[in-house]
Amino acid sequence: MISVKNLYKSFSGKEVLKGVDLDILEGETLAIIGRSGSGKSVLMKHIIGLLQPDSGSIMVDGVDINKVSYADLRSIRQHFGVLFQGGALFDSMNSFENVAFPLRTFTSMSESEVQRVVLECLGMVELPDVGAKMPSELSGGMQKRVALARAVALKPRYILYDEPTSGLDPETSNTIDELIQNLADQLNVTSIVVTHDMHSVLNIADKAAFVHDGRMHWTGTIADLHASTDQVLRSFVKANEYQIGV
Amino acid sequence: MVLNPIQSMGRYSQLLFKAFGAVPEFGTYRKKLWEQMMRIGVDSMPIVMLAAAFSGAVTTVQTSYQLVSPLIPKSIIGSIVVPSMILELGAVVTGFILAGRVGARIAAELGTMRVTEQIDALEAMGLNSIGYLIVPRVIAGIVMFPVLYVAACFVGIGGGMMVGHLGGFVPIGEFVDGAREFFQPFDPIFGLIKSLVFGFTITSVSCFKGYYTAGGAEGVGRATTQAAVASCVFLLLADLILAATLL
Repeated sequence: MISVKNLYKSFSGKEVLKGVDLDILEGETLAIIGRSGSGKSVLMKHIIGLLQPDSGSIMVDGVDINKVSYADLRSIRQHFGVLFQGGALFDSMNSFENVAFPLRTFTSMSESEVQRVVLECLGMVELPDVGAKMPSELSGGMQKRVALARAVALKPRYILYDEPTSGLDPETSNTIDELIQNLADQLNVTSIVVTHDMHSVLNIADKAAFVHDGRMHWTGTIADLHASTDQVLRSFVKANEYQIGV
Repeated sequence: MVLNPIQSMGRYSQLLFKAFGAVPEFGTYRKKLWEQMMRIGVDSMPIVMLAAAFSGAVTTVQTSYQLVSPLIPKSIIGSIVVPSMILELGAVVTGFILAGRVGARIAAELGTMRVTEQIDALEAMGLNSIGYLIVPRVIAGIVMFPVLYVAACFVGIGGGMMVGHLGGFVPIGEFVDGAREFFQPFDPIFGLIKSLVFGFTITSVSCFKGYYTAGGAEGVGRATTQAAVASCVFLLLADLILAATLL
């Protein structure tokens, strides 16, 4: 379980997070939604310790990740898989090497085992034949899928997705949504999806958390979201061209 | 983010401290060291050799131009060219070339990795990004710079000697006699110390500029330029400090 308590963060005097509280339960798929610049990605980077809060705490399985040593933080991070907004594939490696990287770095697997796991992961994202291709030879959607294969290679307990469908066409977005759902089912992972794409939220999430003006404005299930009368939330959802309850 | 010089020095020191802290787990990253040694050392060899040969040749020609007199023996050319290469030109010419070639490349590589979240991806996996990206580059710089320096000295002196001979400025025998006459055993040691310091300075400054890049493609361009310029400035500063303290 991940628990965020009273999280504050400023950049150059500008307050981005103003006391965020959030609980993410084991096995659920939570969508963190909000307008661009509302602090969603900043919140996600705090969850994995890539940013240090000004105050507040982030507990992962009961451990405050800001109070542990760097070595312990790195061990905790190995329970996470992260899909970054642009994929963040290592451009000096081909797709196979990208997926194999965490396996070769953190496990003592033999090369044949690495090969088997990489092919399995690439198969999971329905790209079994792109191993030899460099990231620059892949489309944006394919890069995200290879990055997703890399994120799940170590069988993480938590997967964080930062805007997984941004910049993709609707069909590719649906494919990514299906993959997120399938991975959540197959690997029984806790998924945290940062997005402003309500179509994705309604497709994949069990719960949603709405960040507005640096605060956690609203949290609830997707059924609650449909029933909500909160004007700010409804306005955000409506702007995404999805009427709540339809 | 624009940092003032004191903030930059503080951040640079912090980065070095973290890099030293990552040295014990270097075994994990040793494959990267070979790769960086090839890129920093072997790939830079041709341009360093070319620049060193011309430096030696030009020094020979200019020395003979300035000291042309029947009262001065021609061997003085060897006495000036050889110490010049060993004490100054071998290291400084190599340093300037590496600041441009290697420093800019390191900053551009790390800067691109930063703005495309590849460094965040390494950290998110649980890897020590400083240990993985910076330590091999700095060690490769410290190891390979002296190799390039020694090669530059040999080629520079050889170039000077050949041009002196072929141009009729000084016969090889007299050049060698002059070089031997004023040779100080500490000179090459000083040059090696200098090359170690330069190797560390160029790679660490460039890694610092690249690792903390911000601001997209423009930021990468800025970091690349700053890395080359700052490496040259610190190289000159280190040159003066070492000369003043060790000679």
